[in-house]
Amino acid sequence: MSDRASDRRVPSAVGNGDGEVAVLSQADLAVPTHQIVEPDGSYDPEVVPDLSEEELCDLYRWMVTDRVFSRRMVNIQRRGELGTFGSTRGQEASIIGSAFTLEPQDWLYVGRAWTPMFMRGASMDDMIRFWRGIEEGQQAFAKQNSQIAISIGSHVPLVAGLAWGMQLDDADAVATAYIGDGATSTGAAHEGINLAGALSLPALFFCQNNQYAISMPVDEQTGAKTLAQKALAYGIDAIRVDGQDVLAVYDAVQTARERVKNGTPVFVESVTYRLDAHTTSDDPTRYREDEEVRAWEENDPIERYRSFLKSEGLWSQIDHDAIVEDIEAEFDAALAAANEMAERQVAEIFAHVYEELPPELSRQQEAFEALLEKRPEMYDHIEQRPKG
Amino acid sequence: MQATIVQAVNDALHGEMERDDRVVVFGEDVAESGGVFRATDDLLEEFGSDRVVDTPLSEIAIVGGATGMAMYGYRPVAEIQFSGFLPPAFDQLVTNASRIRWRTRGELTAPMVVRTPYGAGVRALEHHSESLEGAYAHIPGLKVVVPSTPADTKGLLTASIRDPDPVLFMEPKRIYRSVREEIPEGDHEVPLGEAAVRREGADVTVVGWGAMMPPTLEAVDDSDVDAEVIDLRTISPMDTETVAESVKKTGRCVVVHEGPRTLGVGSELVARINDEALMYLEAPIERVAGFDTQVPLLSMEDFYLPHPPRIRDGIERALSD
Repeated sequence: MSDRASDRRVPSAVGNGDGEVAVLSQADLAVPTHQIVEPDGSYDPEVVPDLSEEELCDLYRWMVTDRVFSRRMVNIQRRGELGTFGSTRGQEASIIGSAFTLEPQDWLYVGRAWTPMFMRGASMDDMIRFWRGIEEGQQAFAKQNSQIAISIGSHVPLVAGLAWGMQLDDADAVATAYIGDGATSTGAAHEGINLAGALSLPALFFCQNNQYAISMPVDEQTGAKTLAQKALAYGIDAIRVDGQDVLAVYDAVQTARERVKNGTPVFVESVTYRLDAHTTSDDPTRYREDEEVRAWEENDPIERYRSFLKSEGLWSQIDHDAIVEDIEAEFDAALAAANEMAERQVAEIFAHVYEELPPELSRQQEAFEALLEKRPEMYDHIEQRPKG
Repeated sequence: MQATIVQAVNDALHGEMERDDRVVVFGEDVAESGGVFRATDDLLEEFGSDRVVDTPLSEIAIVGGATGMAMYGYRPVAEIQFSGFLPPAFDQLVTNASRIRWRTRGELTAPMVVRTPYGAGVRALEHHSESLEGAYAHIPGLKVVVPSTPADTKGLLTASIRDPDPVLFMEPKRIYRSVREEIPEGDHEVPLGEAAVRREGADVTVVGWGAMMPPTLEAVDDSDVDAEVIDLRTISPMDTETVAESVKKTGRCVVVHEGPRTLGVGSELVARINDEALMYLEAPIERVAGFDTQVPLLSMEDFYLPHPPRIRDGIERALSD
């Protein structure tokens, strides 16, 4: 039994004898927000994470990738070439700084973060396929120990379970759940985080507090003063970080990952902002002011990091326009590849429900295929929507 | 006034909130945003933030909270944004909402409505397209209502809010805006538990509900078959009598539903027709249903949905013996 576990088993009903009723309040707890580069670009060189020049430049490239990818996806959605899409504009530092700490053997289970999939080898065409409602996207992500959860918070217990397996295997890895502020209200998140705390599982909960769960602002989402404080009730550690500061996020999550690997689950609250709509189906003008959005646009994570790179003399090593051009070309190629996808067959609907097709499902499939052959007018009602 | 289904939902909510100040509307994004489908538009402005409330993202708390509020004497109308998000709250429906009357011998009750858009065909993401009314109809003590027209939507939702028992009100989002008709002004109630005969006919009975009604009617209208079309409207309690009487007249029956075939509502209808009208049947009852698969993602969901040709094929099978 670890020291930590034995600590928890000390009898709890031992008073301190002073006869006073002690009321605990979140206001009594100081919750610092970790920051390295301030909004004005100033920073203390002593606290900059130990990253190589190449890695520092990579952080920038991935952040720009995230932004360009979101822009292009929103554009093709507006052209009718994609289903609903959730942009990550504004959250680049939060997403990239955190994912940059992870190793390939770590599990990455995201809510809103697509570029981390690319960072571990997924292709943009698979991501386009995913958003077009083609199951092969998720299949590709699974090959890289990663998945996207659509049902908010539902993946948190899964991540606890993945971490449990890692613990049993004594694996040199952690399981991460990327969640949003809204997910911290879900029952699944409570149970999943609690389980990780109870069993000291190597689970890292990275919460992107992007201020809104569709229309609900975070201060109405919960009575907690910060989301980080919620972790304490589960008996796990917490870090709060400025999610607009990519170096601070990297530093915080790297620290968290080390603790997690040593058997202490950690909850990281990354304070950021979703500049675009929740998804392309949402109209954020109904619930937030333009002025607020503008203020956060001025707090742009990419701009802030650019000023750091300039101060470090690294900006000259970066050709921003060339990076954007490369990503645009990659996107163009991915879109072309996604568009080339062969027409899909009805059998795919049935193929992966069970490992072995049960007799009744075989019967349904055969009957439906026979019907399609018998009644070609069925296709008047069937649009395969290869472009979502 | 001419209205779509989603406008009819809004109209019913306006009417009931005006009529009864115990009616409280809540759920994710229902207040400030007016609901992701705008079903609760303008309610916040008219009735204020005590009665139209955005909740945290908590399906269990929304349904469990509605149950507690109803036990206390309010008439909550809770929205679950998509029916695919309802499963976390299944426990609250099974364990509390549906049982509180039984548990307390009527001392406490849960007169509440959980509204939720259901079904495929709107190009949504995973977990947004399910049609699991059969699973919810399996819960004793819970009523399950599925309208298919704007006028019925207003009348059935009004009746659901006034109903003394918990009601799951499943709204066919695929036809939220594609069907428009005159809906009655002012007070309009359609009783729960009564099916509607949409077309009278003598050759075959076709039973459906919700989003399946337009393709069913299209299939019937485009054929030479003299079909009687029944819109079940309430899945639980089910109006067996209207269906059985129709089958006694026609001798043949087709059930059309979007949810999975196995143990779907169609299975129960077949059993009840066997109970009530077996000796009148001239052919096996046909089911045209969703497959026992996950609803495919948006690129292939049209393959899953019963469209008019599949329904016509089912009718022809029922007539072939």
